[in-house]
Amino acid sequence: MFEHLLFGNLTLNAIPFDVPIIMGADIFMIATFLLVIFLITFYRKWPYMWHEWVTSVDHKKIGIMYLILAGVMLLRGFSDVVLMRSQQAVAAGHSAGFLPPEHFDQIFSAHGVIMIFFVAMPFMFALLNIAVPLQIGARDVAYPYLNSLSFWMTFAGAMLCNASLLIGKFSAAGWLAYPPLSEWYYSPTEGVDYYIWSLQIAGVGTLLAGINFVATIIKMRCKGMTLMKMPIFVWSALCSMILVILAFPVLTVTLALLTLDRLLGMHFFTDFAGGNNMMYINLIWVWGHPEVYILILPAFGIFSEIVATFSQKKLFGYTTMVWAIAIIAFLSFVVWLHHFFTMGAGADVNAFFGIATMVIAIPTGVKIFNWLFTMYKGRIILATPMLWVAAFFTTFAIGGMTGVMLAIPPVDFELHNSLFLVAHFHNVLIGGTLFGFFAGIIYWFPKAFGFRLDEKWGIGSFVFWVIGFYIAFMPLYVLGLNGVTRRLDHYANTQYQPYFITAAIGAACVLIGIILQIIQLYVSIKNREALRDRTGDPWNGRTLEWSVSSPAPLYNFAVLPTVETLDQFWVNKHQHHTEGTVHPKDIHYHPIHLPKNTAAGFIIAMFSGITGFALIWHMWIPGIIGLLGVLITWIARTFSTDTDFYIDAETVRKTELAHIKEKV
Amino acid sequence: MHREITAVEGHYAESDSTDVFGFWLYIMTDCILFGCLFATFVVLNDGNATGPLLKNYVDLKTVLSETFFLLASNFTFCLAMLNLYHRKLLKVQAWLIVTFLLGASFIFLELREFITFAKAGFAWNINAHASSFFTLVGTHGLHVSCGLFWILIMIIQLPLIKAAHIAERRMTYLGLFWNFLDIVWVFVFTVVYLTGAM
Repeated sequence: MFEHLLFGNLTLNAIPFDVPIIMGADIFMIATFLLVIFLITFYRKWPYMWHEWVTSVDHKKIGIMYLILAGVMLLRGFSDVVLMRSQQAVAAGHSAGFLPPEHFDQIFSAHGVIMIFFVAMPFMFALLNIAVPLQIGARDVAYPYLNSLSFWMTFAGAMLCNASLLIGKFSAAGWLAYPPLSEWYYSPTEGVDYYIWSLQIAGVGTLLAGINFVATIIKMRCKGMTLMKMPIFVWSALCSMILVILAFPVLTVTLALLTLDRLLGMHFFTDFAGGNNMMYINLIWVWGHPEVYILILPAFGIFSEIVATFSQKKLFGYTTMVWAIAIIAFLSFVVWLHHFFTMGAGADVNAFFGIATMVIAIPTGVKIFNWLFTMYKGRIILATPMLWVAAFFTTFAIGGMTGVMLAIPPVDFELHNSLFLVAHFHNVLIGGTLFGFFAGIIYWFPKAFGFRLDEKWGIGSFVFWVIGFYIAFMPLYVLGLNGVTRRLDHYANTQYQPYFITAAIGAACVLIGIILQIIQLYVSIKNREALRDRTGDPWNGRTLEWSVSSPAPLYNFAVLPTVETLDQFWVNKHQHHTEGTVHPKDIHYHPIHLPKNTAAGFIIAMFSGITGFALIWHMWIPGIIGLLGVLITWIARTFSTDTDFYIDAETVRKTELAHIKEKV
Repeated sequence: MHREITAVEGHYAESDSTDVFGFWLYIMTDCILFGCLFATFVVLNDGNATGPLLKNYVDLKTVLSETFFLLASNFTFCLAMLNLYHRKLLKVQAWLIVTFLLGASFIFLELREFITFAKAGFAWNINAHASSFFTLVGTHGLHVSCGLFWILIMIIQLPLIKAAHIAERRMTYLGLFWNFLDIVWVFVFTVVYLTGAM
């Protein structure tokens, strides 16, 4: 009895010793983990890791940690790609391939979950953390402690998802876990519970981060920065975070209801006793459709910043750009039903949602033309961020067009759940979101780390990524039009095989692209002195983040900036050439008030992770301990008064003067 | 107002108005959470539901007393808040204790109702209709329980907080939360008990 309360359903059999592929991945994962632990211990960096990173509430450092998390999880998500693409390349006709169906199903489920929640979302929050406070002239986000908590919750969710590789199984019910398949009577094992709890914990982190950024952008802009003078990336971040606030509670509820079905035998989504499967599908897409806009809007913002900077011109049509973003944000809530036209809602309902979906192409088109007109007669600099933007234009336009095709209900009836759909959403998610985040990472990398990324290797990885993308996904359009459905671990018709092999070659090209990115990172770190950004403004930028040193000092701005116009920094640069500027020596500095580091966010998130793990395996005692840990840490923190400190004026002065010296 | 002063002095903005704004945003997310649960309840209670139904078990008198307890607790909380503005700490604590007792009575009645229902055959796992009832009302009850716990902590914490503006800010959070739960209850009362029980 006691043993059951302590260990629940967890036994040693949960570790898949008999499956060599998974065991290989596990050994690799554990070895990497131990290597990191060993290196930190060997170089005696534990105090440094703890004080400078784990407990940090500095938005710049939290941004970097998000970036690392996303990068690591990208490798994990991509290893799923390698398995899926090679399985589909060989599993035709009489060959069954090397993956059994139950393993293949876990792989595609994990791939979707990881790429959306633990790659795209952390990439987005990385860039938001690195850029937004600096762009609005603030010293930090509105709630630095909450920011730390948000990151560690996302981390805990990602680690739970990774744990499923070693202990037990992951969900085999697809990335959205549709019932009745995800109900206890069809998925009785822990897989769906892993899915639920890793998303639930990461989702709470995302929701809190959304609140944090909306409050930051609304309340903490520097003097004179009215809403219509905000950099366009801040606008896109604001709209995206509003979507987070509106959409993520729906995810929380949906997952909670599924949990109640599985844990307490309730009947929300069962196909008997009055349950309603389609309600789950409606609810999950009420969250899910805004979610894709949560990811794409910041990418649009990044493209806008980059196009303006690398064309050395003001962004064309700022106001229309803002309105386009806002309209897309609004429309994202009235199109969810296009994910299941086949539900049978009737012609009128389908027509409404089809037309609403097509309408989104209008503001998106406005944006594309704005970018093109920004480039028109600009002095275009084809640095790597700009290359990614160029690739985005065509790729995203193709993805958008296939999207409009799918928005036509009769066409969707044919293409529903086919590889055409898979090609479409990868077309917009990779060609739009991921390319955008890559561009943004290269663009803001010097601001976060103090040195630029190597251009040569960057171009190499760009070429392989883009070409690989087209080779991988264009065949899927063809296959989809021929009626091949998604998520096949085997197909009988060998005529499809050449297309699948082509797609696998494309994935291999992308893999080379990723390897080149890793080399690019390595080479850049090695040559960091040569690539160092001493000016703080490596791209001749337009917005406030480029007015401070790279990396930005702890307090961001020694004197909070005042803004009178859009792109104030650009205007200042041009005025100073003629008028001269106040010498920093003559500025009177004040002590700066900053939040102190805290371990509370980390501890709460770790206890949440423990609670999640315990609930997955029905381990009631550890579950209660985890929950108490969360509560006690949270309450203890509210009693703490030692939450802030001052940097004295002399330190600020020294830091600022050092930057001036470095500049000259 | 506070923010402008700190901006001029170059402080990190320890701004009450920003913090309260953030709490409003949180309340909004909670509002959406309840919105989804209400929608679920309405969908699963569409008249085609089979098996045991809420209307055969509900006792509106209990619900009425619950409503009185919760609304009265809201009033007493406002009295606590008023006393806080006048810096009468003991009175604040006294009214918070009254608020706690009223809220606890609400929870007691709700739990008793749940147990009675379950024993009489209307349990959460009997059909979709019952699931949605227990989840919606239970989520509200869980929120109220968290609020009660929070009130207890606040009673202990208030004497320890030195700065008056921090005490006011924290009581504002609690007040927003407690008021919000009242508003949700008004909808529960209408949608679940009055409409659902007819």
